[in-house]
Amino acid sequence: MDFDYSWLIGGPQGSGVDTAANIFSRVGAKLGYHVFGKREYHSNIKGLHSYFVVRLSDKKIRSNINGADIMVAYDAETLVRHGLEISKGGAIIYDSSIINTTVDEILTLEETYKSRLLKFFDSKKMEPNVSSIIDLARKNGVKVYSVSFRDVLANIANELNKPELSRMVRLFNVLGVSFSLGVLKAPIEPLLETIEDTFSKKPSIVDLNKRAANFSYNYASAKFSDFQDSISDNGKSKNILLVQGHQGSALGKMVCGCRFQSYYPITPASDESEFLETHEILQVKEDRPGSTSIIQTEDEISAIGMAVGASLTGVRSATSTSGPGFSLMAEMLGWAGINETPVVITLFQRSGPSTGLPTRHGQDDLLFAINAGHGEFPRIVYASGDVEDSFYDTGKCFNFADIFQVPVIHILDKFIASSVVTCKRFDPDLISIDRGKLLEKIDGDYKRFALSPDGISPRSKLGLENGVFWNTGDESDEYGHISEDPVNRIQMMDKRQTKIEQILSLIPKEDQAVAYGKLDICIISWGSPKGPILDAIEMHKKDGHEIGFIDIKLLHPFPTDYIKSMLKGSSIVIDIEANMTGQLASLIKENLLRDPDYYILKYTGRPMTCIEIFDSLNKILEKKAEKKQVLTYGD
Amino acid sequence: MATKLGDYKTQVHNDWCPGCGDFGIVNAIQMSLTEMQIPRHKAAIFSGIGCSGKTSHFINVYGVHTLHGRVLTFAQGAKIANPEMTVVAVGGDGDGLGIGAGHFVAAGRRNVNMTYIIFDNAVYGLTKGQASPTLKLGEQTKSLANPNSNYNVNPIALAISSGFTFVARSYSYDVRQLKNVITAAIKHKGLSFIDVLQPCPTYNDLYTRDWFAGIDQINEDTKKPTPRIYNLADTGYDPVVHYSTNTELNEKLTQALGKSLEWGDKIPTGIFYKNELITPYTKRITDKIPNYLENPAAKQKISKNGKSITDISKILDSLEI
Repeated sequence: MDFDYSWLIGGPQGSGVDTAANIFSRVGAKLGYHVFGKREYHSNIKGLHSYFVVRLSDKKIRSNINGADIMVAYDAETLVRHGLEISKGGAIIYDSSIINTTVDEILTLEETYKSRLLKFFDSKKMEPNVSSIIDLARKNGVKVYSVSFRDVLANIANELNKPELSRMVRLFNVLGVSFSLGVLKAPIEPLLETIEDTFSKKPSIVDLNKRAANFSYNYASAKFSDFQDSISDNGKSKNILLVQGHQGSALGKMVCGCRFQSYYPITPASDESEFLETHEILQVKEDRPGSTSIIQTEDEISAIGMAVGASLTGVRSATSTSGPGFSLMAEMLGWAGINETPVVITLFQRSGPSTGLPTRHGQDDLLFAINAGHGEFPRIVYASGDVEDSFYDTGKCFNFADIFQVPVIHILDKFIASSVVTCKRFDPDLISIDRGKLLEKIDGDYKRFALSPDGISPRSKLGLENGVFWNTGDESDEYGHISEDPVNRIQMMDKRQTKIEQILSLIPKEDQAVAYGKLDICIISWGSPKGPILDAIEMHKKDGHEIGFIDIKLLHPFPTDYIKSMLKGSSIVIDIEANMTGQLASLIKENLLRDPDYYILKYTGRPMTCIEIFDSLNKILEKKAEKKQVLTYGD
Repeated sequence: MATKLGDYKTQVHNDWCPGCGDFGIVNAIQMSLTEMQIPRHKAAIFSGIGCSGKTSHFINVYGVHTLHGRVLTFAQGAKIANPEMTVVAVGGDGDGLGIGAGHFVAAGRRNVNMTYIIFDNAVYGLTKGQASPTLKLGEQTKSLANPNSNYNVNPIALAISSGFTFVARSYSYDVRQLKNVITAAIKHKGLSFIDVLQPCPTYNDLYTRDWFAGIDQINEDTKKPTPRIYNLADTGYDPVVHYSTNTELNEKLTQALGKSLEWGDKIPTGIFYKNELITPYTKRITDKIPNYLENPAAKQKISKNGKSITDISKILDSLEI
């Protein structure tokens, strides 16, 4: 029997929703399930609504569905926002103290949201409060379990004879998970193991949390024994990782030899730099330990400036940022371009413009990444679709930067960064390292920008004997000295532009774009919609509908001929992206002179679910779809 | 074999205006490199944008002509990645104290072991003489339509308050003193800053060579001009912070800040402040990464036969279920 189960936990930011979700995800993985978890939060430190949905399945999953089967609500806002998303036969576990809360008393609700909510209650002729939602949920066939988190905590304190514990609301996160697992009659051992893993550095905390877990697990399983659903052990599989989205590219950077990363704090990119800094000392096979210099700079201009400076010494260097920071880097990108300096910019997109939705998802920076910076110079824009890809693609991006001596913008996004997923243990041996024409020794006269048929000159580095060179943001001669000579200008511009052909011919086709299924009805997309798209087309396959998909990874220079050849036989082309205008589609129009037949777009700042894509594709198959469908699911 | 002064010169034609103060600075840098016998491939000059930005093309060591205001970012990145390089950053006062002021302050806080020289002429020369950050409020150089409407930055005071641990001023027509200050700055363990007063003969008709020489200040007895420029060292001034006590530190900071305010009939030059008791950035890294100096980023091997030699298995183990 198929097992596919979604668990939602919500509460005010800072209340431990994340910790609870990480524990639940790990328990799910330990029980042998595939895990896909997604974190949603406001730009806020404490108090505003945040929630986490963790989906478990016995099949490979790459996205969330709409709604959830079981929910833990720490506060009234979680209940009013998500209570009616819980599916029939599911359960809500909520803190009993919120039962009498009215909508007006939920101060953190945005006015626009609140007025929609009030209209909703009005239409149902119900009082605008928590208990109305609970009544509606019951009508939906949902079991509703009220628990006093405080009373349970007091009982635990009593049992352990530690009265001070009754104020330790931090334990609520373990309580929330344990209640859920108790209700679901899941084996308790994985929970206790996970607590050990999570708090391994503090033995006293481990013990306390385990006792709290035991108590609340038993409390829920005894008190709410009428619940039908359960989670059983699915058999442990080997070599499975549970990774956070930002860890993929960070681990890729360690493996491929990135030894310098500079950054300025920004959501959702900084987690990656912080993870790198936590592991700044690196174990190296048959050698002394290595290290990565992680520098927090004064702004993003300095972040890319330092990375470029470090790259001049021959070091694989990167910076990591999001849209606002990348905007500041535009001038420096041109400097790296004209000076043929390899550097990798990991761009974790979020919703713009300007500060936009700073903690939410979006894919609106594709055309900017391609066009940022004044003047004409070659660059590579490359996108990864999920956490696993981001690990392996990071290695590729550094090779591209070295081989072609260009800046590489590696695009990820908030959806990837804040998801938690199970995947096969990363295999570092699959990452090869190619430094291109980087020199280790030089004899005789050296010209850094020597003209060459492939446009790529042998590259010296600071500190290399006989390797002295000059750089300038001005146009330069072969030595790197300023030159305004028109003939030299053409030679140098042409030399650099030659790399565009080199890039398209040397990057293997399978790294440029990946095709799935028969391409008659064909989705084109890039980046993180990959997961929900693959899940949605699998659902259609079960229904007997074959839909193909091309995941375009090399977005600049655009692999026109390759994509054209793949789309040649496609009768219907469907563009799916998380932006308003269809930025990939505009590249398709520009390069292939073909307008996609349908657009499925989303720009609410929330990632797409497989259900949304499935439904939109359904409309297309039934020939009932508008040319453009805008997705809106999610809170 | 000894490296000669000529070895540090390139063949690139120098297109600065005749009489430009920049010449003295380039010469002094080359003299200093010669004096210290720094191998050409072990030194890098990073420069900003403007007339001073061309400096890196005239010196025959690694030369990185960067972007307006951003020179310190490139230079620090390179120095941190390869601490064996002697790194000197140069740029105009508009470059470092206007568009690049944020980086100036941040660099001071970091105290990376390198040298920053500002070519301070109080105008934006290459864009034809606009007011730059060191031009004083109400002053009007010849291409300004109106007197300057902004208060000036005090480079010495800003450097001291930002955390630079070596702060000096020199004068571009006193090449010998300038060379000595540059050498001391390069040898300093930490971030050194030199504010070089440098007449722009084309656009600054206030701070001219004659004005610095004091031809408007004739001594009644000798009938000779009284130069404005004087050397702090000649007055028994001691810029060095000798002990790690707050009293000593505050005394030396106050002394240097006081001297930084002196301007007009007399202008102090030389070393204002020197403190090697503040940890250089290198030390702050080795506290975390003990073998950083022996095995910095630029020296690390990362692959063997195209395969990574970094071992992340322990991290993967911790993520494994």
